Amino acid sequence: MNRHDPDTMLARAIARRARPPRPSAASNVLTFGWRAVLKIRHVPEQLFDVVGTPIMFTFMFTFLFGGALAGSPDAYLQFLLPGILAQTVIFTSVYTGVSLNTDISKGMFDRFRSLPIWRPAPLAGAMLGDVLRYCLASLVTILVGLAIGYRPDGGVVGVVLGVGLLVVFAFGLGWIFTLMGLVMRTPATVMTVSMLILFPLTFASNVFVDPATMPGWLETAVWFNPVTHVVTAVRGLMGGVVDGPAIFVSLAFTVAMTAVFGPIAAIAYARR
Amino acid sequence: MVELAVEARGLEKRFGATHAVRGVDLSVRTGSVYGVLGPNGAGKTTTLRMLATLLRPDAGEARVMGHDIAKDPEAVRAAISLTGQFASVDEDLTGRENLVLLGRLLGLGWGGARERADELLAAFDLSEAAVKQVKTYSGGMRRRIDIAASIVVTPELLFLDEPTTGLDPRSRNQVWDIVRALVRDGATVLLTTQYLEEADQLAERIAVIDRGQVIAEGTSATLKASIGVRVLHLAFEAPEIAGRAAVLLADKFGLEALPDADPAALSVQAGDSAVAASAISALDAEGMAVMSFAFGQPSLDEVFLALTGRPPADAKDEDTP
Ligand SMILES: Nc1ncnc2c1ncn2[C@@H]1O[C@H](COP(=O)(O)OP(=O)(O)OP(=O)(O)O)[C@@H](O)[C@H]1O
Ligand SMILES: [Mg+2]
Repeated sequence: MNRHDPDTMLARAIARRARPPRPSAASNVLTFGWRAVLKIRHVPEQLFDVVGTPIMFTFMFTFLFGGALAGSPDAYLQFLLPGILAQTVIFTSVYTGVSLNTDISKGMFDRFRSLPIWRPAPLAGAMLGDVLRYCLASLVTILVGLAIGYRPDGGVVGVVLGVGLLVVFAFGLGWIFTLMGLVMRTPATVMTVSMLILFPLTFASNVFVDPATMPGWLETAVWFNPVTHVVTAVRGLMGGVVDGPAIFVSLAFTVAMTAVFGPIAAIAYARR
Repeated sequence: MVELAVEARGLEKRFGATHAVRGVDLSVRTGSVYGVLGPNGAGKTTTLRMLATLLRPDAGEARVMGHDIAKDPEAVRAAISLTGQFASVDEDLTGRENLVLLGRLLGLGWGGARERADELLAAFDLSEAAVKQVKTYSGGMRRRIDIAASIVVTPELLFLDEPTTGLDPRSRNQVWDIVRALVRDGATVLLTTQYLEEADQLAERIAVIDRGQVIAEGTSATLKASIGVRVLHLAFEAPEIAGRAAVLLADKFGLEALPDADPAALSVQAGDSAVAASAISALDAEGMAVMSFAFGQPSLDEVFLALTGRPPADAKDEDTP
């Protein structure tokens, strides 16, 4: 028989062979991370979606309101950009839940969960991919900022530390969206509910203006918003100032979110 | 090697008010193809998902390749592979990337995973589409990449959930060839289907499942014998002739007409070929010319009718994604 005869090829491809040794949990996680990279490569639109709005805001607020809010567009940009960066990364974290839910509703997760792999690997790998998305989104936002005149006093180190803190913060926040992705019925619902949470969270904060200019009740509400503290911390780091309390609050929030929602998400995942 | 690849007793599953599976028993011989046949909503997918450790049964127990699904799900997962009814590969990725991904997850090195992917793509007639995103694939290609993804590392037991629903005959034959090749190589295949013909073609034994219960079980031959059906399909020139023919067959031969979608056609249960032959000549003699006839297998609807005395509970004619 011919080696390239279709039947022979089929028989040979199907022929049973020794099972490879089971890979480590870390290898499983990295493989799912690789999947996330491939998805970013094949569907770069998902990145533009989340980066597009903040960039539009940057232009709009800087040039329309910058003069009124801070005396000059340039002065306002120095204030705004770290806030926009936070907003960008926070909005990117929605994709954690949406893409997880898409996998589940399409049936992809059934395949993963029937494989002899480390059980949390699909979740952990997706989070690895999220970190990459956060970094890419930050990079785009910062480049746009630099192009229109943003000059961080904190230099490269300050910017990197700021982005690092944001990534950690978004990781903590991401647990809520992971949980939503696990329990909600459709990706569209996850998206809508996430936006309902994120709009007040990012706007009722110090991203765009100094809360001191707000009415008293709102100023109080803004103070209780964790986004306010991470923006303060990032603004500080990128401006070359280490704001200890704000950094502490941001990290404490991340730890609290992980401690509360991590286990709940793990239970929801195991029960599916 | 265990003698029974699947041994299930009294499996039950409820979703809220829906009692999806109510006491299913299955015994699947290792090295055979087993067919689970049933209409939409019968509980086929739910049963498979329980056996594949994706759903916890509310009651009952099962051993898959000798491992208890509740006590040792890890061992079950190491022995099986599941091709779900719907998307079970990533549509955003290319066919090749999907196979490499699974190879890596199952422990192949990068080189080994790529080699294996290319080998499967070639064998499954997908080489040309290897670097295209799966979302651009046709239905038949989709099904083949789904199955290829399930055998990157050949499993001892493969679950195939409705592998050919919605496929054209050529694609369906390709899937059948793959199933046959797998079993020749010693694997066990448990497949669900809505088509009696498919179960008949592939499966050593068949379980007919309706409303979450097994209502008949056996080899294709015993099943058909127990149903007592060989069906005579007759086509006439006009619906009016078919109507008169139905009356004549009922009166003279006691042959009951079965539901048929085509008004100019008629299907009757005819126990043996002698009865069928004399029925056809009688019709001709009465001037009701038979355009064409086939003496063959009952459709799933007809089997259901024979088994339950009513048409399939929820036979929606749709291919819901
Ligand atoms: N996750 C779920 N939540 C609620 N109800 C469900 C769920 N999965 C299945 N069901 C219900 O259980 C019943 C059996 O469904 P199942 O998917 O097992 O049928 P099936 O035989 O695979 O049908 P089909 O041929 O349409 O695939 C149906 O009534 C279905 O609506
Ligand atoms: Mg189904």
